[in-house]
Amino acid sequence: MIPAAFEYLRAHTADEAFAFLQQHGAEARVLAGGQSLIPAMRFRLARPAVLVDINSLNDLSYIRVDAKSLAIGAIARDADVERAPWIADRRWSLIHDASRVVADPVVRQMGTVVGSLCHNDPAGDWTAVALAARAAVVVRGKSGNRQVGIDDFLVDSFTTATGEGEMALGVVFPMPDDRTAGSYQKMERKVGDFATAAAAVQVSMNDDGTIRSAGVALSAAGPCAVRVDAAERLLAGQKPGEELIRAASDAAWHRSAPQADLRGSVDYKKHLAGVLVARGLRQALARLGVQA
Amino acid sequence: MKVHVKVNGISYEREVEPRALLAYFLREDCGLTGTHVGCDTSSCGCCVVVMDGERAVKSCSMFAVQADGHEILTVEGLADGGRLHALQQGFWDQHGLQCGYCTPGMLLTSYALLRHNATPSEADIREGLAGNLCRCTGYQNIVKAVQQAAGALRESVGAS
Repeated sequence: MIPAAFEYLRAHTADEAFAFLQQHGAEARVLAGGQSLIPAMRFRLARPAVLVDINSLNDLSYIRVDAKSLAIGAIARDADVERAPWIADRRWSLIHDASRVVADPVVRQMGTVVGSLCHNDPAGDWTAVALAARAAVVVRGKSGNRQVGIDDFLVDSFTTATGEGEMALGVVFPMPDDRTAGSYQKMERKVGDFATAAAAVQVSMNDDGTIRSAGVALSAAGPCAVRVDAAERLLAGQKPGEELIRAASDAAWHRSAPQADLRGSVDYKKHLAGVLVARGLRQALARLGVQA
Repeated sequence: MKVHVKVNGISYEREVEPRALLAYFLREDCGLTGTHVGCDTSSCGCCVVVMDGERAVKSCSMFAVQADGHEILTVEGLADGGRLHALQQGFWDQHGLQCGYCTPGMLLTSYALLRHNATPSEADIREGLAGNLCRCTGYQNIVKAVQQAAGALRESVGAS
């Protein structure tokens, strides 16, 4: 299982990478961590004629937190997110949870958050996380950089809003307020497997004990990760409780449209989607000291 | 294209196709067959090597051209002359292998693990090795081997 031959271009600056991509258009793919792309090339599921290697672009390896956001560059590794000094802050608990269950610990040494978003696997982890946390992807195009909201970025299985000759430079997660926590719940058959089902949840509370806003998303529940709008709407403004969690869980069951495969039947995966959203909500609320 | 990779402290300059994977470069171009290829699809961890002294990577899922200008540590580079590395000694003493096929990957993943965490708990070791599959040992003795090595390395640091 050796990949088909390709032309290898190593970029030394983001400008050079962009120029390579502009020159080769649909023929070219960006090589970041390569932990999805290289196996896909080995199976000949992907046969790019040109690979533009961006691993030398050290200025895209940043993981930066400031007052407004968390910004992760295109070659920041999953393992570096997992080890970030601020990651234990409960506001980032959704991202922290996910950073520990993406693939396996060795794959995470190379794999990148942005690469995972760009790959947009139906059962990817970071896509659901980005939806629940309302992230945006920074895309470089001919007319400069633009931020694409994650809902618009994730177009379909293995398809994003990044156009021909364009490249994703990073992802931006808005800074959650103090009364925010999340949870990532993933069911996998074994370590390193893709999710049988997964739920990403992030909850912000008001001072009066009601939920100010919630992000709820599912992975392995359709062609690509999906936002459970109905659950987000019904949670907002309400006091957490068993009935509310059940209603959100039911909304997830309705929203989930998985495909049957070796990991499970449609019924099983839909059931899991509901269960995992309920677990995620309970854990996020518990992290905020809220009983539900 | 030409690549220049330092493997176990020795420079190798070789002409490779861009599609050559690092695992095959090490085995066939450098003659270092201690790096094993198991699943060939980044699942099993047999092919793990350490890049630039601290990052464990699955060499079946990385191109040799990506290692150009980098340093790679393979199982052949662990022992110091005739003296086994603390991890190798641990696997020996604790019977951390049976068939030995997964062992190079186990050793190199553990090496990077201990670089990042000199005092791992049993859970840390089990989690850290979760990307390396072994079909013989049931993992128990592998965990003991890494615990022994962690202790030995701490002592040697303390003694020096």
